[in-house]
Amino acid sequence: MAESFGRAAPVRHGIRAYLLIVAMWVRSTLTYRASFAIMAVGNAAGSGLEFVTILLMFSHIDELGGFGLPEVALLYGSSATALGLADLLLGNVERLGARVRDGTLDVLLVRPAPVYVQVAADRFALRRIGRLLQAVVVLGWALARVPVDWTPGRVVLAAAMVVSGAAIYGALFTLGAAFQFWAQDAAQVQNSFTYGGNAMLQYPPTVFAKDLVRGVTYIIPLAFVNWLPALRLLGREDPLGLPSWVDFLGPVVAAVVCGGAALAWRAGLRGYRSTGS
Amino acid sequence: MTADQVDGQVDGNGPEFIALEGVEKVFRVRRKAGRLRRVKQEVRAVDGIGFRIGRGEMVGYIGPNGAGKSTTIKMLTGILVPSGGRIRVAGIDPSKERTRLARRMGVVFGQRTTLWWDLPLKDSYELVRRMYRVPHDTYRKNLDRCVELLDLGPLLDAPVRQLSLGQRMRGDIAAALLHDPEVLYLDEPTIGLDVISKARVREFLREVNATLGTTVLLTTHDLTDIEQLCRRVMVIDHGRLMYDGALDGLHGIGGSERTLVVDLERELPPIEGVPGARTVKVEGPRQWLAFPATQSAAPVVAAVAERWPLVDLSVREPDIEDVIARMYTRSAPKPRTPEAR
Amino acid sequence: MGGAILQRGGGLALYAAVARGGFRRYVTYRTATAAGVFTNTVFGFIIAFTYQALWDERPQLGGYDQAQALTFVWVGQALLATVSLVVGGGLDELQERIRNGDIAVDLYRPADLQLWWLAADLGRAACQLLGRGVLPMAVGALAFDLALPAAPGLWAAFLVSVVLAVTVSFGLRYLVALTAFWLLDSAGVAVLSGLAAMFFSGMLLPLRAFPDGFGEVVRMLPWASVLQVPADVLLGRYQGAAVLGALGFQAGWAAVLLAVGRLVQSAATRKVVVQGG
Repeated sequence: MAESFGRAAPVRHGIRAYLLIVAMWVRSTLTYRASFAIMAVGNAAGSGLEFVTILLMFSHIDELGGFGLPEVALLYGSSATALGLADLLLGNVERLGARVRDGTLDVLLVRPAPVYVQVAADRFALRRIGRLLQAVVVLGWALARVPVDWTPGRVVLAAAMVVSGAAIYGALFTLGAAFQFWAQDAAQVQNSFTYGGNAMLQYPPTVFAKDLVRGVTYIIPLAFVNWLPALRLLGREDPLGLPSWVDFLGPVVAAVVCGGAALAWRAGLRGYRSTGS
Repeated sequence: MTADQVDGQVDGNGPEFIALEGVEKVFRVRRKAGRLRRVKQEVRAVDGIGFRIGRGEMVGYIGPNGAGKSTTIKMLTGILVPSGGRIRVAGIDPSKERTRLARRMGVVFGQRTTLWWDLPLKDSYELVRRMYRVPHDTYRKNLDRCVELLDLGPLLDAPVRQLSLGQRMRGDIAAALLHDPEVLYLDEPTIGLDVISKARVREFLREVNATLGTTVLLTTHDLTDIEQLCRRVMVIDHGRLMYDGALDGLHGIGGSERTLVVDLERELPPIEGVPGARTVKVEGPRQWLAFPATQSAAPVVAAVAERWPLVDLSVREPDIEDVIARMYTRSAPKPRTPEAR
Repeated sequence: MGGAILQRGGGLALYAAVARGGFRRYVTYRTATAAGVFTNTVFGFIIAFTYQALWDERPQLGGYDQAQALTFVWVGQALLATVSLVVGGGLDELQERIRNGDIAVDLYRPADLQLWWLAADLGRAACQLLGRGVLPMAVGALAFDLALPAAPGLWAAFLVSVVLAVTVSFGLRYLVALTAFWLLDSAGVAVLSGLAAMFFSGMLLPLRAFPDGFGEVVRMLPWASVLQVPADVLLGRYQGAAVLGALGFQAGWAAVLLAVGRLVQSAATRKVVVQGG
C-alpha cells in the first residue's frame, strides 16, 4: 500500500494541516483585535474566579488538608496550566457529537487531512490563551513560594509534570469525543473527567476519601497530572503510600492513555464510517 | 495495488475511471417497538450496485429520497465503508486510502457547505490551496476562472454564513475545483436555488466538463439538470440500479408520459379521439391529457385545437418521481410500498 | 403593562403551551440528562470533600455547620441545570437565532418574544429539576449527612424560591443573549457571564463564607437570588416573615431584570427593523 512506507509522514502531514487551520483561525480572530483582547482578558478573569475561591477559603484558614496556600496554589497552577494547554490545543474535539448530528463530519472526511486534526483545529479559540496565562501566573507564583530546593532533577520533574498533565487531559478530551461517536448527546460526560478532574486536582489529595484517590490513580489516572509529581516536589508522602518511583511515571502514563485514546478514536471513526450515523 | 493492475482495467489512466461491482451498504437501525423495546432491523441502503464511468464522462444519478444516492456518493468519496462489493476510483479503494483520493476529487454537498462557515470566502480558498498543496499558478488560474464564470468577485470578502444559498453553492463549487480534481461529485447541487443560479451552475459545470475533461457525477431531484448536462443517466431505487443509459431511453423504458394541460372556453365532456393521447383529468373547463414522453407534443396540440374551443395550453414534463415509480412497478414483479416521502 | 402584553400575545393558554413544549423537549434529551446527572454527581462529591476539609478547619464558617455546608453543595448541584448556571442550557437557541438572523421571523409572531422564551425556559427548568435535580440530591443524601428539613412548609417555600431563581437567571441570560444583536462573539460573553454567575451565586463557595464587606455587597447582587437564597430558604436560615423578605428580594430582581430586558429588546427590535435584519 502506498501509505505504508513510513509512519512519520502521516504524522508530519497531520501536524502541518493542524497548523494551517489554526493559523487561519488566529488570523481571522486577530482582525477584531479589541474584541479578542476583551475576550482573552475576560477568559482569564473568569477562570481566575476559581483561584479567588481558594483565596477566599484561605482568608479563613491557614491550612487545608495540611497544605498551605503556596502548596495548594502549586496544585491549582499545575493542573490548570495542563488543562489550559489541552483545552487551547484540542478542546474543540468535544464538538464532535454536534458534528455527527448536523452531518458536517462528512465534509471533514472528504478533505485530504486526518479528521481528528480537522476537528481539533476547527474554530481554534485563541481567547482560551487568557485562561492558560492566568494558570501560568498562579503556577509561577506558587513555584517561587513553595519551599523546594530546586535541583536540575526537580526542574525536569516540574516541566514533565505540566507536559504530561496536558497530554493526559488531551487524551481524556479525545476519549470523550470518541465516546460521542456512539452517544452524541453525552458531551457532558467528559467534563466530569476534565473539568471535574481539574476541580479535584487543585486541592490536596488528603482532602478526599481514599477510594476516590484510588479511583483517580488506578482507573482514570488523573493523579499523575499533578498530585504524585507535586507531592514528590514538596517532599510529602502520598496518601496511598505508593513506592516513590511511581511519582515519576507521569510521562509513561500519559503515553499509555494517549495510545488508548487514539485507539478509541479510530474505533469510533471506523464505526461511524460503517454505520454513517 | 497489484490486484488492480492484474485486472488491468481500472488503473485510473484508462478510459474507465470509476468502477463498482456488487457494492452493498447495509445499515443496522434500531427501531422503537413499543415504549421501551427496540428492535434491530437491517436496512439495505445500497443493494448490489455495479457500474463503470469513463474518464471525462458526465453522469446523472437520480432516484427518490432514500433510494441510496447519497449513500453511493459517500462510499465513492470514502466517507462510508461499503458492507460488500468492490469500488475503485482512479484505481484507488476509497475506503482504504481516503486522504490520497481526496486530493484527486472534488465534492459538493447541496445541503451543507464544505467551506468554513465563519471565514471570508477567500480565506477558505487560501486554506484549500494550502491543504491540497495546489501550486500557485494552478491556483491563480483556477480561481480566476471560477471568479469570472461564477461571478464570485463581489463575494470573496464575505463570511460564508452571510451568503445566500445560491451564492454559497457557487462558492462551494469553486472550492471543489481549485485543486484540479479529476472527478467532481455533486450531491443535489441545485437544490433550493433560484432559476438564475441554477442556470449559472449548470452552464459552469458544462464548461468545466468540456474544457477540463473533469469526470462529473451528480445526483439531483431536478430532471432539467440531467436534461441539460448529462447524456447518461443512472436511476437507483431501493438501493438497486434500475436503469443506466441515455435519458431518452429512460422515458421510453419507463413508459413515462408528458401531460398537455388545456383550458377550454367552457366546461365540456372529456376530450376523446386524439391519437396517442388520453384524458386523465377534468376540472371545470380545464382538462389534462397524457401522451408518451417520446412523442412530440405538436400533433396532439393540433388535434385538440382543431376540434375543441381552446383558450390556453401548457405541456408538463414527466415528473422524475413518476418516471421512476412507473419503471419500478414494471420491473419489480412484487411491488413493495414505496417509501414515504 | 403585563395585561396588555398577554393580550397581544394570545393569552396565558399560549404561554402554558409553550412551557409544556419546553418541558417535553428536554424530556427527549435522555442521554444528555444521564450525562448531566453523572457530571453533577461527580462535582458534588469533589466539592463536598473540600467543604468537609474546610469546615473541619473552621467549624460554623458562614454560620453553617458541616451538615448544612454539605447540603448547600448538593442543593447547588441539584439546581445547577435548573437555574441554568452552565452554558448549554435554555437560551443558546435564542442566541443562535439572533446570530443567524432568524430572529426577524420571531419578531413578527403574534407572541411576545420575552414571555415566549420565559415560558419555554420555565418548562425546561421544571423538566431539569426533576430529571437532573432529584438524583444527585439523593446520591448526596446517601453518601453524606445532610441537613434536609422535615417541615413541608420549608420545602414549599424552597420551590417558590426556585421558580423565582429561574426567573432571575432567565432575566440575566436573556440580556446576555440579546448582546448577539450587537456583538460578534456573543458566545464568549455567554461563557464569561456563566463563570461570573458560578462565582457570585455561591456555587463555588457560599456567599456567607465570603469576607465581611465583600460578602455583604455580593449578597445584594442578582446572582445571590439564583442559588444562595434558595439554599438558605431550604436550610431554614430565614425565620417566619424573613422568608417573605427573601422571596421579595428575588422577586424584586426578577422584575428589574425583566424590565431591563424589555428595554434592551425594544432597542434591538428597532435595530432589526431599521437594518432589515
